[in-house]
Amino acid sequence: MGRPYGFSRGRKGELRINLEPSERELLLSLAQQMIEFVQPDPVSADADPLATMVGIDATAQTPDDPALARLLPDAFRDDAEAAGEFRRFTERDLRAAKAQHSTLVAADIEAGLDVLPDDHVASWLGFLNDTRLALGSRLEITEDSQDRLATLPDDDPRSGAFHIYDWLTYLQDSLVQLLLP
Amino acid sequence: MSVAPAEVERPQVDEATERPWITIVWNDPVNLMSYVTYVFMTYFHYDRAKAETLMLDVHEKGRAVVSNGSREEMERDVTAMHSYGLWATMQKDD
Repeated sequence: MGRPYGFSRGRKGELRINLEPSERELLLSLAQQMIEFVQPDPVSADADPLATMVGIDATAQTPDDPALARLLPDAFRDDAEAAGEFRRFTERDLRAAKAQHSTLVAADIEAGLDVLPDDHVASWLGFLNDTRLALGSRLEITEDSQDRLATLPDDDPRSGAFHIYDWLTYLQDSLVQLLLP
Repeated sequence: MSVAPAEVERPQVDEATERPWITIVWNDPVNLMSYVTYVFMTYFHYDRAKAETLMLDVHEKGRAVVSNGSREEMERDVTAMHSYGLWATMQKDD
């Protein structure tokens, strides 16, 4: 029987992180990139300070970047005005929450944690999922494209990103399977 | 000392008008079936059978209504789904 890979339950029921140092480095790099990607823009000097304090961003719009638009979707499908208003009231907090997930993951990796505390699980899942969503958008993943992407030649620029995506998928599923009752 | 309040006549609550908004989760090619099930169980406290039924509706029918309630409640649910990375929208139930 091989050594556990990804996440596993220890003898006392703890969630163990079984990753090589190079894999931890990759996760750390991805977490740092995700923080840059989602964190709210600095507040502009002429923004209403009271609005900023309660998380309202009067300038928030549906992102042009499809990957960012997937992480921060419109809350209304056929009502652009309602979607815009919802976004102005919530996007800043949503961006901050996502950045916070990746910040905690980066800190856990930098601390060299082998056991994942229960109250960090939500952040790890959020980070893994957000990173897969962003990569999946970049790779234009569809229900049918995954087999094709898996057989790309190594010199295809998408090959590396797909292998990371595939690995993150495995990691995320290995963690979720431990959490489902 | 306070005196007992006068009887207040409560308005009849109409269930249909009380829960006029719904949250919909849409299918996407990235989210894992296991993860979507986990989110429905964790956030909505649905049992595994109900969570899996909803997850399969999302996967096979392209969408599922996952909750209903007031506009404010659905704003909370949609925000939570986006925080988990699920693709959710809200609308008036008509």
